[in-house]
Amino acid sequence: MTAALVLDAGLALLVLVMAVWTVAAGPAFSAVVGFVTFGLLLSLVWVRLAAVDVALTEAAIGSGVTGALLIAASARLRPTESRTAAERPGPVLHVAAGALAVLVSAGLAALVLLPAGSAPTLAPAAAVHLPELDVGNAVTAVLLAYRSLDTLLEKVVLLLALVGVWSLAPDRFWGGAPVLRTDTPPGRELTLLARLLPPVGIVVGIYILWVGAKAPGGAFQGAAILAAMWLLVMIAGLRATPEIGRRRLRLVLVAGPAVFLVVGFAGFALPNGFLSYPEGFAKPLIIVIEVVLTLSIAAILGLLVAGPPEREKRP
Amino acid sequence: MRTLLDIATVIAVSAGAVFFLAGTVGLLRFPDSLSRLHALTKADNLGLGLIVLGLLLQADGSLAVLKLVAVWLLAQLAGATVTQMVARAVRRAGQQA
Repeated sequence: MTAALVLDAGLALLVLVMAVWTVAAGPAFSAVVGFVTFGLLLSLVWVRLAAVDVALTEAAIGSGVTGALLIAASARLRPTESRTAAERPGPVLHVAAGALAVLVSAGLAALVLLPAGSAPTLAPAAAVHLPELDVGNAVTAVLLAYRSLDTLLEKVVLLLALVGVWSLAPDRFWGGAPVLRTDTPPGRELTLLARLLPPVGIVVGIYILWVGAKAPGGAFQGAAILAAMWLLVMIAGLRATPEIGRRRLRLVLVAGPAVFLVVGFAGFALPNGFLSYPEGFAKPLIIVIEVVLTLSIAAILGLLVAGPPEREKRP
Repeated sequence: MRTLLDIATVIAVSAGAVFFLAGTVGLLRFPDSLSRLHALTKADNLGLGLIVLGLLLQADGSLAVLKLVAVWLLAQLAGATVTQMVARAVRRAGQQA
């Protein structure tokens, strides 16, 4: 039994314990804290599986941004929580959920445990064309060249999600600014952190975006860090939340998907189809798309956490 | 020289792990929130500091050294801020009760 095996077994056990704890936790806020911890442990698991790109995404999006969204949601739900906690699902639903969970686990276990030869993989095929794209990171190549349509649609879904959040606003607040709630008014220590951390965070975010071309990193992870810095500054009260009706803000939000679409349609005219890059221009085009996408994603993620507008539009 | 460095690393990282263990025991055993915070800051501060110190001896290149030191400093900054905020929330809740 080697040290690595002990480490992996311990990690797997911790993830399972954390998952059970999160499901069993009583108050919504405790469950959210459990979920964030679970996500961080899961990203360690991805590192152990040598999938550092996935680990970064899990830590930044799965744990970070989703965690922030859930914390904001649980804060909004707190007034009604004790009332809804009393409504327990019936025994039929309990049994059905349990049976479904067992079925899925058994299926996954069977897939892993039954030896079925080597698993089918597209990794060699993905690696062959990396020199033509001038991109060193196979994950970035898949996201922005081979399967760029998926990435484009993913960004459009993000925009739709933001439209969904905004549509919860009452009519009189439309075009106004969101309000970030905190239990206690932010103290001086938060102001200090919001002044010290963003310069570092912005550099790290840009670095993660830039390094994504040849090492783990990329637009989404970098954008999550930038969004976190923006939220920190807004929560500390150093900058006001933006009014959602402002034209410049909306331009930033749609810029990423729009540039992606323009490059995509240009593919019809120049090379040979939607979203195909002209020869020799793949790398610069990918970089342009990634930079603009990062800005858009950061703005969308920040506004998703900030929630629907709750303040009237200033005249 | 190599062996000496390795021994120093093992000692520093082990000492760091002891601080983390002590901090965790304190978190679980101490009676109230403020003393639990007190236990946690020791783990964050000295535990992580000793582990980073141990790893610095193994780092290749000045960039890796800078990254490790940055990790320690950022964890310190975040830890100190969050501790202050939690302590403030605890005091406020205590005054209301």
